[in-house]
Amino acid sequence: MSKLVYLKDVVTLQLNSESCSGCAMCATVCPRGVFEISHRKAKVADRDACIECGACAQNCPEGAVSVRVGVGCASAVINSMLGINNSGCCSMDQYENDKAAAKGTGC
Amino acid sequence: MRYKIDPGLYALGAPDADSPVLISASFKMSFDLLREALPARNAWVLVLDTDGINVWCAAGKGTFGTEELAGRIESCGLSRVVKHRKIIVPQLGAPGISAHEIQKLTGFKVAYGPIRASDLPDFIDSGLKARPGMREKTFTTGERLSLVPVEIVHAFKNFLMVLPLVFLLGGFSGQGMFVANALRFGGATALGLLMAIAAGCLVTPLLLPWLPGRAFSIKGLWPGITFGVLFLVLRNIVSALPAASTLESAAWMLLIPAISAYLAMNFTGCSTFTSLSGVKKEMRWAVPAQIAAVVLGAMLWITSVFI
Repeated sequence: MSKLVYLKDVVTLQLNSESCSGCAMCATVCPRGVFEISHRKAKVADRDACIECGACAQNCPEGAVSVRVGVGCASAVINSMLGINNSGCCSMDQYENDKAAAKGTGC
Repeated sequence: MRYKIDPGLYALGAPDADSPVLISASFKMSFDLLREALPARNAWVLVLDTDGINVWCAAGKGTFGTEELAGRIESCGLSRVVKHRKIIVPQLGAPGISAHEIQKLTGFKVAYGPIRASDLPDFIDSGLKARPGMREKTFTTGERLSLVPVEIVHAFKNFLMVLPLVFLLGGFSGQGMFVANALRFGGATALGLLMAIAAGCLVTPLLLPWLPGRAFSIKGLWPGITFGVLFLVLRNIVSALPAASTLESAAWMLLIPAISAYLAMNFTGCSTFTSLSGVKKEMRWAVPAQIAAVVLGAMLWITSVFI
């Protein structure tokens, strides 16, 4: 089966090739095979496959990758709109809390 | 049942100062999968305090995080337990861990292990190298099916809440006795709602890769339409009711696809390939459309009851 992909042209993933050192950490941690390394530089080979988990940005020593992190969960979005904050996995409270921290890591 | 295990350093088999160190979460199932994947092997397992949450979700929340990992390495005295300076962190923990920060803070070099614990022996034996396929998250039919029961239970809770209303309105339908009507018409209506749940929570996840459309709401529409038609046929056969009026048929062809689309949309959180930006984009048009269809469908259905 080919790779399952969600909507086109929507993710917030950004790669700054100039500061990329080609260490390939982004390609290692990405669970969706978004990155490819060619000529000692990372490149976004499959942008629409990105799920905005933030593993690449967390693990880029050069801070060359940025993405607005979140979980693609409609229930969580609905719960946060209804003001329900502690329904286990399906809540967005952690991202709100983590926003300050996320900024520090270039997210 | 307790799903939480105590954080700290555990020994698998009889590890020594050269044995590999594996990082895990304080969710019992994460720890058990890890143990089962490494039978008859000697290794250290450092369990982080993730409050009983699995690695992936805890990494997203930040509890499976750089600070916790560095602190746990320190408090367990890992540098005195092993001679080497390498730790194997599950790849799905990477959204919470900054490998270069860990090295700076603790001196330990992070090697990201495979996504599936079952690939660990191969990964360790090949000198901490992942083979192709070990790093990509799949979403097989079996994996999708395993999520179906939870989805159905969630939907069922809402179903049980509207059930009294369904039987009450059913009682006002038709010509006969209230109770007999409530059972006949209410029963048929309950069947319709159950079929909507089956379309959204069972058929959609099962056929997910092959359903047309990228948005989950669109994917859920097709089983919804199919089950809507199927219901209108079944309703007359099973309940021996007179054929649905045009008004009632129209109501069901709005309600079942809309409910199915809504439930399918909620499967985004279970899936392994959606992003928050994408879900928000989908919801901007899908939620108003679903609400409009359900409100209109319910109005048509109630009108058909009292006509």
